Amino acid sequence: MPDTEELHHNDLLQLVPKAEAKQSMKDFKSDQEVRWCPGCGDYAVLAAVQGFMPELGLAKENITFVSGIGCSSRFPYYMNTYGMHSIHGRAPSIATGLATSRRDLSVWVVTGDGDALSIGGNHLIHALRRNVNLKILLFNNRIYGLTKGQYSPTSELGKITKSTPMGSLDAPFNPVSLAIGAEATFVARTVDSDRKHLTSVLRAAAEHSGTALVEIYQNCNIFNDGAFEVLKDKEQAAEAVIRLEHGQPILFGSQEPKGVVRDPATGDLKVVAVTEENRSQVLVHDAHAKSPTTAFALSRIADADTLHHTPIGVLRSVERPVYDTLMSDQLDAAVERNGKGDLASLLAGNDTWTVVG
Amino acid sequence: MTSQVSSAAEQAEEANDAVLGGQRAPLSGTTGTTGSDGKEIRRLDRVIIRFAGDSGDGMQLTGDRFTSETASFGNDLSTLPNFPAEIRAPAGTLPGVSSFQLHFADHDILTPGDAPNVLVAMNPAALKANIDDVPRGAEIIVNTDEFTKRPMAKVGYATSPLEDGSLEAYNVHAVPLTTLTLEALKEFGLPRKEAERSKNMFALGLLSWMYHRPTESTEAFLRQKFAKKPQIAEANVAAFRAGWNFGETTEDFAVSYEVAPASQAFPTGTYRNISGNLALSYGLIAAGQLAELPLYLGSYPITPASDILHELSRHKNFGVRTFQAEDEIAGIGAALGAAFGGALGITTTSGPGVALKSETIGLAVSLELPLLIIDIQRGGPSTGLPTKTEQADLLQAMYGRNGEAPVPIVAPRTPADCFDAAIEAARIALTYRTPVFLLSDGYLANGSEPWRIPETSTLPDLKTPFATGPNHTLADGTEVFWPYKRDPQTLARPWAVPGTAGLEHRIGGIEKQDGTGNISYDPANHDFMVRTRQAKIDGIEVPDLEVDDPAEARTLVLGWGSTYGPITAAVRRLRAAGAPIAQAHLRHLNPFPKNLGEVLKRYDKVVVPEMNLGQLALLLRAKYLVDAHSYNQVNGMPFKAEQLATALKEAIDA
Repeated sequence: MPDTEELHHNDLLQLVPKAEAKQSMKDFKSDQEVRWCPGCGDYAVLAAVQGFMPELGLAKENITFVSGIGCSSRFPYYMNTYGMHSIHGRAPSIATGLATSRRDLSVWVVTGDGDALSIGGNHLIHALRRNVNLKILLFNNRIYGLTKGQYSPTSELGKITKSTPMGSLDAPFNPVSLAIGAEATFVARTVDSDRKHLTSVLRAAAEHSGTALVEIYQNCNIFNDGAFEVLKDKEQAAEAVIRLEHGQPILFGSQEPKGVVRDPATGDLKVVAVTEENRSQVLVHDAHAKSPTTAFALSRIADADTLHHTPIGVLRSVERPVYDTLMSDQLDAAVERNGKGDLASLLAGNDTWTVVG
Repeated sequence: MTSQVSSAAEQAEEANDAVLGGQRAPLSGTTGTTGSDGKEIRRLDRVIIRFAGDSGDGMQLTGDRFTSETASFGNDLSTLPNFPAEIRAPAGTLPGVSSFQLHFADHDILTPGDAPNVLVAMNPAALKANIDDVPRGAEIIVNTDEFTKRPMAKVGYATSPLEDGSLEAYNVHAVPLTTLTLEALKEFGLPRKEAERSKNMFALGLLSWMYHRPTESTEAFLRQKFAKKPQIAEANVAAFRAGWNFGETTEDFAVSYEVAPASQAFPTGTYRNISGNLALSYGLIAAGQLAELPLYLGSYPITPASDILHELSRHKNFGVRTFQAEDEIAGIGAALGAAFGGALGITTTSGPGVALKSETIGLAVSLELPLLIIDIQRGGPSTGLPTKTEQADLLQAMYGRNGEAPVPIVAPRTPADCFDAAIEAARIALTYRTPVFLLSDGYLANGSEPWRIPETSTLPDLKTPFATGPNHTLADGTEVFWPYKRDPQTLARPWAVPGTAGLEHRIGGIEKQDGTGNISYDPANHDFMVRTRQAKIDGIEVPDLEVDDPAEARTLVLGWGSTYGPITAAVRRLRAAGAPIAQAHLRHLNPFPKNLGEVLKRYDKVVVPEMNLGQLALLLRAKYLVDAHSYNQVNGMPFKAEQLATALKEAIDA
């Protein structure tokens, strides 16, 4: 095992070559016509990503977007970087092969709630637990768009869709809870229409060494319009959205301030009206907490039906050895131990005999 | 067996075979000299030994060690390990029997042999499970300690076969192997159970004496294997020596046998013994070195392919990355992702895994990236027979995908040939930017034979340049990069890897416009792309099929893959008996060699033996409108030469 201290402070972004000249958003737009439905939330995310990339300042030939299948998975076609639009659910595994063999690349995965959590659920959780150096953007619109409107693994119980005329019977996944449960080292949530917040989360994800999962609440204006309206409408949002900032007390609400405190009886988190007496008990958000317990509890505080008390921002960001680094270190260690491989001596082995003519 | 065959040696095998009918005579040999122990030594040209015992008795290890001794002695050899899928099946039962057959000779041989001359049976179950394969007159060595009431009753022996006369036709050596082993290890003070475990080494010592095998390598092996438990190492060495000494001193074993090295059969060179999976692993490492590309294996453990994952993971100092994925799909996904990044991507699996990988193979066809899919075939359908061999994935490899998705197929013919086949598969994948199937099977994977170690300088150059700049000029004079602009000769598209400035491009599973690679739903373009992808595979350069036909026969036997050994042995028998027959063996199943149609039409009859229900025959009939006759066996075991010879003789005479 390599020195963990060194690993923890290893900024893997340093391995990716920097752009030689200053970049602009235009550099990241491909020549392909964007073909999402007019009004789709994907446009906003695309613009935010294209707008953020120059800030990252990486050589764009060293950036690769890999996607699966679904509306959001068309994303790579619109980025003027390397890209692969792969098959349904498999983007994390393909990106794992790319990222672990090419540490000089910044590898991004674009996926949706169906792609990542249904058909590709297995690959997602294993990428997270391995901590492969991938930035996963999970566009969650709580519906199947490309197949024209069936319920998804994040749709609310009882949802009426084309395939569930009497209501869906499936309890939904909470992607953030799932990711934390799968040993993710970086988990964040943001909203398509909040460009500033989305960009700040992208920045934090890009700087993270290891797998970063960013859930982006994204509106499908055709099949699930207004699914996140409560989080977007200014008035409602003040009561519904909890903006997390590392090191800051978890406070929200417009009229009367609310805060998140620990319930001494159960140890669980709860929302309370903040008073002079209880102000000191309001939880201070610690995204770097070693234990995932509080981050998990925070991810559960939202009401699954109304979306009230939905935390956004970076829920968890911790350092753990990155798979790619460990894999690469083993190769170096093998050379150190046995010397660089020599084909002739490998083929000869230790147990030979000679036939003389 | 070696791929280079001396004709004198070919005759030698036949001279000792009763051609077509009856099983081979037991050990006779020429009476020779007297050894230092005063016992008679007979010379034999070849011997088939089968070690059989409980799956916990260490029969595979015993067989491996005897093989190693035999290889270093210089005999030609061929092996057939045969074991149950259960790691420890219920002790003493018929399904729990594990065996290892070894054929060795003073000349070139082709198969692990049809019928053993010697059976070592460690318990009643091993005797019962194997006795039907043993010809009368053969030698049987039994561990009498296990022939007590309960173990015998367990497998349905009402009376002891050692006493009731049912083994009268055999030359039975009743040896209390367990007692003798315990006696030999008394001074070690080991618990009885622990000491008993060395009885396989006692048996190995006895057999090593019987056949004059060199013993140094086994003693060295035991000391290395148990380096952390020196007492156990020495106990095993002691049991091994006790077995040898027992043979030398006891009167029950009056004769020992010599099988001279097969120096005549082998071209000059340095040799080692090698199994199919090891040869395949080395072939993959060699391919990476020859292509100057890092190797990336994405794999999920599955019998009988896991050995390759194990082996490659031991050679990280060659820049080999091995990724044990969460499932078969992720295994190939990672390999494809690495291929996109410029690695030689590989996935290893067996039939059930191929089924799961099908969609990703289709994606690789569409992306036109190099990728190796190693399928170590086993009995199917479904879970089937995990530890047994079969060739029934040919049509799956050929057609098991949605859409028109052609994939080249290469098949090795012998364990050692897996090395060359892996390099050939890599050549095709890299030259034509395509996924390639390598179809090995359980018999090749676990079987072993001597291998002439190649000079690395004689191996092919697999270097494949990446794209470095624009490859197309637009009407307005702009230089651009088109990811689907093809090489006019090979029809391969450029391999432009991330990190190359100016060549940024997007690829995917959606149909692409010819040249630009942009998404295209245009009907005429799709028709063109489907035909172009097919034409690329059809146009792969593969060597012409060689036909071995010394006597202008009217019947051709055509095989593929691991049936090469038994078919060739059968052909030798037929020719020695005066029945002319032509033989050819396919390495390339897709595309077929260009002269295959012409070869088929040259013969009145074409017989295709396969360990499936006629998959190659179906392809031949469809493509060449030839009346190819199938001869099939799907019992999980390789063909026996005698049985094939009989079937081919019937075809010739029909």
